[in-house]
Amino acid sequence: MIPKGERIGIVGVGYAGLADTKVRSAQEPSHTASSTTNTASASTNTTTTTTTPTPTAATSIRYSYKELMFLAARMAYEDAGIVDVRSKDRISFICSTEDFWEGNMISDEYMPDQLGAVLRPLCTVAADGLYGLITGFMQIRSGLVDVAVVEAHSKLSDVVSKKEIARFALDPVYVRGIYPEIDPYFIAGLEMNRFLYETGNSRESCAKVVSKNKGNALANPRACYASSVDISLVLSSPIVAYPLTSMEISSYADASIVVVLASEHKARMLKGSTDGIVWIDGVGWCSDTPWINDRNLADALYASLAAEMAYKMAGIEMDEPSKYIDLAEIDDTFSYKELQHMEALRLCRKGEASRLVEDGCTAMDGYMPVNPSGGSLGVGYLVEATGLHRVLEAVLQLRGMAGSMQVHGARRAVVQSWRGLPTASGAVAILSSNDS
Amino acid sequence: MIIKRKVAVVGAGMTLFRRRMLETGKEMCFEAASMAVESAGVSIRDVDAVVLGSAPDAFDGVHMKGEYLLDGAGAVGKPYTRVFVGGGTGVFAPIAGWWHVASGLFDTCLVVCEEKMSSLHPHPQHAFWGIFDHTLERPLGVNLLWIFALEMRRYMHLYGISEEEIAYVAVKNKRNALDHPCAQLAARITVEDVMRSEPIVWPIKRLDSSPPSDGAAAVLLASEDTARKICKEPVWIDGVGWSIDSAYWTNRELAYPAYLAEAARMAYRMAGIEEPRREIDVAEVYDPFSYKELHHLEGLGLADKGKAAEITVAGITERDGDMPVNPSGGLLGVGNPIAAAGMMKVCEIFWQLSGNAGKRQVKKDARTGLAQAWGDLMQFSSVIIMRS
Amino acid sequence: MREEEGVKDGQDISAKGMEHDPVEHNNSKSKRSSNNYAGIEVREDDLRDGRYMSIRYSARFRYRWDTGIAVGRFLEGLRNGKIVGSRCKVCKRVLVPPRIFCELDFAQVDEWVYVGDTGSVNTYSISYIDKQARRISNPVIVAVIELDGASQGMGIMHLLGEVRPEDVHIGMRVKAVWKSREERRGAITDIMYFKPL
Repeated sequence: MIPKGERIGIVGVGYAGLADTKVRSAQEPSHTASSTTNTASASTNTTTTTTTPTPTAATSIRYSYKELMFLAARMAYEDAGIVDVRSKDRISFICSTEDFWEGNMISDEYMPDQLGAVLRPLCTVAADGLYGLITGFMQIRSGLVDVAVVEAHSKLSDVVSKKEIARFALDPVYVRGIYPEIDPYFIAGLEMNRFLYETGNSRESCAKVVSKNKGNALANPRACYASSVDISLVLSSPIVAYPLTSMEISSYADASIVVVLASEHKARMLKGSTDGIVWIDGVGWCSDTPWINDRNLADALYASLAAEMAYKMAGIEMDEPSKYIDLAEIDDTFSYKELQHMEALRLCRKGEASRLVEDGCTAMDGYMPVNPSGGSLGVGYLVEATGLHRVLEAVLQLRGMAGSMQVHGARRAVVQSWRGLPTASGAVAILSSNDS
Repeated sequence: MIIKRKVAVVGAGMTLFRRRMLETGKEMCFEAASMAVESAGVSIRDVDAVVLGSAPDAFDGVHMKGEYLLDGAGAVGKPYTRVFVGGGTGVFAPIAGWWHVASGLFDTCLVVCEEKMSSLHPHPQHAFWGIFDHTLERPLGVNLLWIFALEMRRYMHLYGISEEEIAYVAVKNKRNALDHPCAQLAARITVEDVMRSEPIVWPIKRLDSSPPSDGAAAVLLASEDTARKICKEPVWIDGVGWSIDSAYWTNRELAYPAYLAEAARMAYRMAGIEEPRREIDVAEVYDPFSYKELHHLEGLGLADKGKAAEITVAGITERDGDMPVNPSGGLLGVGNPIAAAGMMKVCEIFWQLSGNAGKRQVKKDARTGLAQAWGDLMQFSSVIIMRS
Repeated sequence: MREEEGVKDGQDISAKGMEHDPVEHNNSKSKRSSNNYAGIEVREDDLRDGRYMSIRYSARFRYRWDTGIAVGRFLEGLRNGKIVGSRCKVCKRVLVPPRIFCELDFAQVDEWVYVGDTGSVNTYSISYIDKQARRISNPVIVAVIELDGASQGMGIMHLLGEVRPEDVHIGMRVKAVWKSREERRGAITDIMYFKPL
């Protein structure tokens, strides 16, 4: 366990985003209305493409990714009690991006200005935002800096070739060669089928996850895909990769999230007290083999190894971690992933996830709420920003500031992310509020 | 600054650097990583965590290439992260490895850097088109070398430096590379040869620039306790620093690398270095183009502003000089598989400080060394200080 | 791999090598040779003569970037034949290209100004290659141009025209050459190039 006095705390969070209509795809039935639109007030907007830099008619008014980052950063610094970020010494900045999602070949280049990081240490971690958080955690723990600013964003509305890019992540020789036009979702189908077969979890409980998360999202102002859906609708939506249906796949959204970390000493100085500080009790991350055919597709081994590391650091006993945890914000890129990750994180025993979901134990008012924010299914899939978004939701919960989403008495949360198809990599963090 | 734990380099490895290699990126990672691990006398099972450094995904032709390369880097079943800061990645990845160990989270960390530039056809340069601003610059039909030529011209103009003086760097580094068994472009050339080579983007000429390459390089890092147990000659990482300048590069003064001065200040402060010119015995500075070695010596405070050319012409930066710079042969001589090239510099300082550089060993008794890399839109630098 | 009669699955076939083995065809070092560094070089003629196999894959990704507020204004300005900057209230700098934040003060910027379409060459270079690194017959002159009316050092990258490479110098005064009103579409190429003033 990290001794008191040496802990690292989250002192500020910031968010900027907008429910996006451009990315709304055929996967999403038209009757699921978006619950929020934070539109910017601007007088001009033009859009360009790679091939012809010709403005087209603006369909909506949007911020660029740089502007979203600026707004999120400003909010986070204010929350953290940082009056002038430019005057800070011993501060580091970390962004989590992947080049092709950005459309820039070295996306690191375009990060510093809008974060106040000019002529400061800034780096890119080519991974999910939770890895960025862990990077900041290690930098502070090593004694190198006192404050770390972690940013991750999704601006997938800028990306026309989403499917082509996702396919480009597949092994160039073995997998892409099987069928050139293959949709990477086939891997999710393989996993889901094997997972349900090996664990005996029910098909219906996967649909229940969708219904629960989209329902939870109704109370979340950051959610783009909130709705009340019945499991029969989920199960009858078109099959994308058997057994996975279109409504069991989270849909893309735009947002920038900024999280500010500080050493315990610095955190107390910035906040004036320990109020509002959320402590990072443990972190873990892990990668399984990149070979899809060699992996155990039923178990999320990456998640269980990452959780083991994080639980150990947090002093949480491995036999029943759920005793110590009040809520979970875990990856639900696909419906079955939530169940698979619950088991990998030992929030239940293998094969028991279905029962927990069906009994309502993971609902908002259950004893172990899972994804009270609405998760990726309800909020939208934010690619590399997904993990950091979950951190933000957990921080609000642990501060008691989650509004109508509030899980009462939440003191400790587990946050988990997965890097998406075709990877078997992911990270875990254990967060707690001051009085735990 | 109180650093939690001391970290040492205990092993290093690399592959040949060549324009095109038969090995895939994964295979090159494996070769460099296993050489680093074996040279430390341990096995991959002793490795607690892995960091990968690699430049744009466009080279390898795989999106999220860190995930694709991870089994070659020995990371299956381990905590694994890819860091990416453009050309600065090769020296930055060991810095990331450093905090894995310095934070107390791990006792050992393997750091692997790889680049497979030959996969991209017709020419790896094409990937760099996408580093420019998509709306304001790419429509002009950009080429990566434009910005370097603009920077070089500005540097020459402000300090009155000639193309001939700059050419000395290429002559020195390509000659040094004759002693490097992995070198791609080792050669004995003259200043006249450089001047006569065809301009690519004037004032940059062919012999002023490093080639595209395939290659990998790796180091194994360990905590103080572990290092003393497994290694006779650990080399300590005593200082790390990195910094980034504005992406609005046309709004900056290009003649002086302010971002490098910042990165160096951070690393010097951590290592307790007050007079770098007296305290640094050997330096591996980033030299993808000949003028960059001079530019970087000035940013590092190892030469006065505008004076690095003078000390180069005077022979001070030769391998047997007072301040040897790029005794490996640098990117100009050994080759430039982007991230692997930066890591090659860290390997070289490890070998120099542990007295294992063979024919490349510098004449003076080297105890403190520095490796530096540079990247993004001419705006990022990473610096590492090592001591034996 | 050659098809072989009588070779059982699991049997060691490493000694048989490959039908097209680049190692046999050139003198590059095989894995971990005398100098202990791994790597097998593949040369141009190995490629040309098909001595090893490769997989081709061609990808083309399309994006449709939101320009946001600041660059959106800038492009709209270009369409109208004007260069738009923004002014930071804290440091008073006029920023070109404009942004809604000042990177030095980390302050919101919401004051918009026109700057001139004339300026001075901060630095220049002459490109003999295109973006695929192929040599071109008519070299392109590239420059960073500090615009009049923007703060000192605030340049944009553009091309120079109507001038011979040998006549360009740092500090040279230049002016934008615009496309006609009908041809301008709100893009950086609405300015064709800058020419000597």
